[in-house]
Amino acid sequence: MSTSTSNAGSAAGSALRRGRRRPVDSTVKVLLVAAALVSVATTVGIVIALVQPTIGFFQQVSIVEFITGTSWTPTFAQKAYGVLPLVAATLTVTGVALAIAVPLGLGSAIYLSEYANPRTRKVLKPIIELLAGVPTVVYGFVALFALNPLLQKWWPTDNGPAFQNLLIAGIAMGIMIVPTIASISEDSMAAVPRSLREGAYALASTKMQVSTRVVVPAAMSGIVAAVVLGISRAVGETMIVTIAGGLTSDRIVLNPLEGAATMTAFIANISSGDIPVGSLDYDSVFAVGALLFLITFALNAVSIRMVRRFREVYE
Amino acid sequence: MNPTTDTTNRPSVSVAGVGAQSTGARTSEAADPVMKLSGVSVFYGAYEAVRDTSMPIQEKQITAMIGPSGCGKSTILRSLNRMNDLIPGARVSGSVTYHGQDLYAKDVDPIEVRRRIGMVFQKPNPFPKSIYDNVAYGPRVTGMQVSSMDDLVEKALRDAALWDEVKDKLKTSGLALSGGQQQRLCIARTIAVRPEIILMDEPCSALDPIATAKIEDLMSELANDYTIVIVTHNMQQAARVSHYTAFFTAEVDEQQERHGRLVEFSQTGKLFTNPVDKRTEDYITGRFG
Repeated sequence: MSTSTSNAGSAAGSALRRGRRRPVDSTVKVLLVAAALVSVATTVGIVIALVQPTIGFFQQVSIVEFITGTSWTPTFAQKAYGVLPLVAATLTVTGVALAIAVPLGLGSAIYLSEYANPRTRKVLKPIIELLAGVPTVVYGFVALFALNPLLQKWWPTDNGPAFQNLLIAGIAMGIMIVPTIASISEDSMAAVPRSLREGAYALASTKMQVSTRVVVPAAMSGIVAAVVLGISRAVGETMIVTIAGGLTSDRIVLNPLEGAATMTAFIANISSGDIPVGSLDYDSVFAVGALLFLITFALNAVSIRMVRRFREVYE
Repeated sequence: MNPTTDTTNRPSVSVAGVGAQSTGARTSEAADPVMKLSGVSVFYGAYEAVRDTSMPIQEKQITAMIGPSGCGKSTILRSLNRMNDLIPGARVSGSVTYHGQDLYAKDVDPIEVRRRIGMVFQKPNPFPKSIYDNVAYGPRVTGMQVSSMDDLVEKALRDAALWDEVKDKLKTSGLALSGGQQQRLCIARTIAVRPEIILMDEPCSALDPIATAKIEDLMSELANDYTIVIVTHNMQQAARVSHYTAFFTAEVDEQQERHGRLVEFSQTGKLFTNPVDKRTEDYITGRFG
């Protein structure tokens, strides 16, 4: 005891001097800054790469036509550049996906956070999160070759779902984003202080009332963030809609039982064919890409605002 | 461990407990206690946190539970409205009766128990909702038939001595209030469901002296209508507000495990001026704890 104290005492004088530089520290700092800059640079790079062809596109196609046109046929002889069919398909698939993912995801989160005993939670949560690791191409094929035939078989009326359709793509996508919504919502519910639950129980609440009236509202910022992130994933998801969603884009498809191309499916499809660099078709890909970028950017902005708005300070 | 603690510990406990009970009974003669603990032990898993507690809770009186940290006073308090049910592995043996009915009987609904026996916690824990919704929460979840929720909220806030401070901002968040106001909001929230008994677990320990004084005044006021059980580590508080006091301490057994134990229960005046047990005397005179 006493020796270590005296050692520290005598070493203290020299240790306090600034003489000893720590080269490792400054190197690490440079590396970390570089790592952070790579993602910033990538974002900037994407914007630049998108902007130039997009400008090229809009020099030949008016923005009004792009935004209000109801037919998208860049590969047809009769070319039309109205993006609405792609947007409509994207919205339909996203809507179906959310209708599946929000109840399932929130339900799982409430179960995990409020009902499951700790041991069950420990086993179940990683399994649910594992769903997020399944490659989207697998979801696409399962949707097309396993789920859709079932859907067609069980459909009560004659005009059932097409071979590729927005409904089945949306269902698969919904299952895909369940883990995202469940996991983030559960984190946010688990962060609700125990004292709030106790307060609610002491006021003669049932477990369901504690969950829905206290925990869920208190965790709303996280839940909203989870749902918006889910929407972002749905809007940007490509593989499932390319495989199972269909390719129609010459008109707006509102019936989810039909197939239609989403923004991402169009980009994936046309990019895999050979289109000459600099052609209008080539530029159209970037115009759609830019729109997609704007939408996800706006969603993220909304998400940040919502999270701020719903954020509750507990103490 | 100090050997003297060990020798003084065991024999006098039961004697003091029983003796104290009769003292309490004598003072309030015919009055049947609204709650009664008989041989109550609380376990967390295999660990016995509090041993063999027997005491009455008298109607429309303030009963204080005092004692050093880890003496099991909060644990006992939480066994009175089955809040311990929420802790996995917690178990109660012995009997806790409420109007003669065993609270731990199989057919008893803990939700119904908590509607009649409310609780205010150590740290103010208003919900992240408006002041109004905090108070209306209990009546809403319990499905109380109310002619006017506004009137009920106002009454509860008035009874909790908070109305004048918040009447112009009922729609603002309960979290925007000061600590003392938050605690009074929690009391308002509790009395809004018209319980018979209010349990308070160190309700002033997070508050400054002025806020504490307000809560103490409020407690005395509320004792006209409610039975109150308060856990406090503040002996002066117990002496100031309570009619009955239970002194708990922690004793260490042969396996070096600490168990909470009721040492003495009697009228507050008697316990503080003329304690039966040496350990009570040591504690209240500041020689210990």
